[in-house]
Amino acid sequence: MSLIVENLTIDHGAIRAISNVSFTVPQGELAAIIGANGAGKTTLLRTLSGLKESESGSATWNGKSILGKRAEDLARSGIMHVSDGKSVIAELTVKENLALAGLWRKDKKDVVKATDEVVELFPILGQRMTQLAGSLSGGERQMLAISRALVARPKLLLLDEPSLGLAPLIVEQIFQTIKSLVTKMDLTVLLVEQNAMGALKIADEGVVLNLGSVVAADSAQNLLNDPAVRSAYLGF
Amino acid sequence: MLKFITAVLTSLTTGSIYALMSTALVLVWRSTRVINFAQAGQAVLTTYIGYEVIVRSGSYWVGLIMAIVAGAVIGAAIDRFFMRPIFKRITTGPIVMIAPVVATLGLLGIVQAIIGFKWGLTYQTIAAPVSTDGYRIFGSVIAFSPFNLMVLVCVTITMLLLTLLFQKTNLGLALRASAHSPEIAKLSGIKVDGIRTLGWALAGAAGGLAGMLFVPSTYLYPNAMDVLLVFGFIAAVIGGLDSLFGAVAGAMVLGFAINFTTSYVSSRLVFPTAFIILILVLLIKPAGIFSNKKGRRD
Amino acid sequence: MHNFSATKKRLLLFILFGWLLLLVGDRVGELRQYQGSFVAMYTLAIASIILLTGYSGQLSLGHSALMAVGAYAGALSTNNAHLHPVIALIIATFVAGLFGLILGFGVARLSGPYLAGTTLALAVSLPSLANQFPILGGEQGVAFDVGAPPARFGEDFSQYKWFFWISSLAALIMIWLIANLLSSKYGRSFRAMRDNQVAAQLTGINTGRLKVTAFTISAGMAGLAGGLLVMLISGVSPSAFPLSLSFSLLTGAVVTGVYSLKGVMLGGLVLVAIPEIADSVVNRIGGSEGFTATLPGFLVSALLIAAVLFAPNGPGQLLKKKH
Repeated sequence: MSLIVENLTIDHGAIRAISNVSFTVPQGELAAIIGANGAGKTTLLRTLSGLKESESGSATWNGKSILGKRAEDLARSGIMHVSDGKSVIAELTVKENLALAGLWRKDKKDVVKATDEVVELFPILGQRMTQLAGSLSGGERQMLAISRALVARPKLLLLDEPSLGLAPLIVEQIFQTIKSLVTKMDLTVLLVEQNAMGALKIADEGVVLNLGSVVAADSAQNLLNDPAVRSAYLGF
Repeated sequence: MLKFITAVLTSLTTGSIYALMSTALVLVWRSTRVINFAQAGQAVLTTYIGYEVIVRSGSYWVGLIMAIVAGAVIGAAIDRFFMRPIFKRITTGPIVMIAPVVATLGLLGIVQAIIGFKWGLTYQTIAAPVSTDGYRIFGSVIAFSPFNLMVLVCVTITMLLLTLLFQKTNLGLALRASAHSPEIAKLSGIKVDGIRTLGWALAGAAGGLAGMLFVPSTYLYPNAMDVLLVFGFIAAVIGGLDSLFGAVAGAMVLGFAINFTTSYVSSRLVFPTAFIILILVLLIKPAGIFSNKKGRRD
Repeated sequence: MHNFSATKKRLLLFILFGWLLLLVGDRVGELRQYQGSFVAMYTLAIASIILLTGYSGQLSLGHSALMAVGAYAGALSTNNAHLHPVIALIIATFVAGLFGLILGFGVARLSGPYLAGTTLALAVSLPSLANQFPILGGEQGVAFDVGAPPARFGEDFSQYKWFFWISSLAALIMIWLIANLLSSKYGRSFRAMRDNQVAAQLTGINTGRLKVTAFTISAGMAGLAGGLLVMLISGVSPSAFPLSLSFSLLTGAVVTGVYSLKGVMLGGLVLVAIPEIADSVVNRIGGSEGFTATLPGFLVSALLIAAVLFAPNGPGQLLKKKH
């Protein structure tokens, strides 16, 4: 059970967004893809979750190709994508947002259990259950977005910029929670971040993306200590 | 006083029929972001189907049910076999913005033509299942009949059922989620394409009911529902186009405005009244008077 | 100077085409002359749709109503004010344009579905208004008589040829003016706005005003076409401007390729040909009254759908694919 991406190439309109990218995320690990704005990170995640089509290359999860599948089918097979921009539905309540990812699940008892677990993880959501998601703060929305994904009991979690626009303290809290999820929920996580420092600190593996190509791939620890990566992407 | 009471009652009746049509338009708008102009054709077609069933079975009620079922089936089929290919096919060029709505117009023409082929252009009638003679109050007959009451009851029940479906069921949650954010719904594992087709089916059923409740008070001919489409659209715009509650409330506003104009001013001013209300709403509160969202201008 | 020569070339082209039309008009029978007048009228009306939809990105279903406004204005000018027919046609243009301007302030800025629905409401409701003002003549309507052709054209110069001349010249002049407008900086602004409204605003284009302008000009063109239409049927009445007329014009525009004025005559030809084709089909296979009456509408709608599905960006697209 690992995510294997090989020679993946993706166009975004007339622009080549991702070119010949390869990396592997072993099961139970947290991999971070870092890079500046416009490096193609979001395009990569959207392709892996079935929202976008690719030009060439392959991507497999658990030995099966995930390219060209429908987003809803991939979601049901355990690949949950938390898209950027605090992906919650503002017009629905917190409770309804959480329920979305459990609507199609047969095991309704486990849906209840999973919902209880995420409320335990983010107690603030428990207090906001009947509020509209649109009334939540940025951090709360991000918690809700991650929680919604967890209600589906995913195996592979694709997270797009969970730190975007959040206060440093909240970012720290969210990153720590993500790290704890890997073992607690038996997850494999692919985290896409501009906040390279924060992401590499919690990650096992790191992939540095620049203008659609992989420029470095190593253990997160090694990347943090690599002077070239530090100066180019970590800013010190 | 009697005149006033009568005007209120007829306003409620016509408003409730507009409400079915505006609900149908809003259901499709929410799921597909298209004003389905073919709705007028669909509703007439299902009413002709209801008419045929009544002729064969002798029962209005069997006809009513068949019209609703046919409306749902036709609505779903249009989305699945017509609209979906158009959205898949046309993805580039400035035509993308107008192609879907142009397609519904073409469909409206096709459906009305097919009705003309099959049933001709002559006026048919559907007899109401209950009396259309006005009730007697204090010895004078008012323009509100048992059939009008039946219309009111049928529409109220339908709206209650729709509210229950949307607010209390999983399917309703999926419908609302897909309407507000198809992408997040997909990423949550909801089969948005199927949900969209369901929205079209519900809209078709509402249109089928609208035709069967409207036609007994008038005639059945290929363009019988054109005016209802216009009033349904105006009602939907008053309500904000996105909200089912708004669609019903907007229909009531329009129903009252039109009937009070007819009763107290002149029946000649029905269209100008409706059109002026539409323009006023668009100028003053383009997002609809029952919505607190931002404007509808680009 | 380069621009000047392009303008000059266009003028020569239009004059040449007009000359050709008049030559052809001389050599065909009265029926064809009459049909030719309709082609010219429809071509003008379709050009008004293309200007609005193709160049400024607004979808109108109310052009039948705008044509009706022009038609009534023209008919009243000759019938009640006894003005010269040419003046009446000019009045038709300006009154409809003024109506479009007023309406445009209300609706032109609306986004797609709102504009489409509102103009649909206009198309359905405006003709019914005509029944309610005695001056508009109710269902009978108002007569519009351009009179016999001037005597100096000779006795052989038939009424139909006269119709053909007026229609063709009016359409040619109007479309020539619009073609010039579209090749000016206005045309570039229109296209910029249609392709990307936000980007156009960022370059300093006042898109709101531009949309109202497009709506006004388009309404004026439709008004002139409406005036021509009632000249051809010698009177105006509400039933001459059904909603289906709007649909036909839209079909003509989509079939022609809504994003270019170049082939606009094709749309006019198609709209005149469809009833002919329907007639010949009925003559061959027969059919009920309902079939006969509905077939043209069916063909128009089928053509609209086929055009949207297979050549959404105009017939040029089909030709390009073959290469």
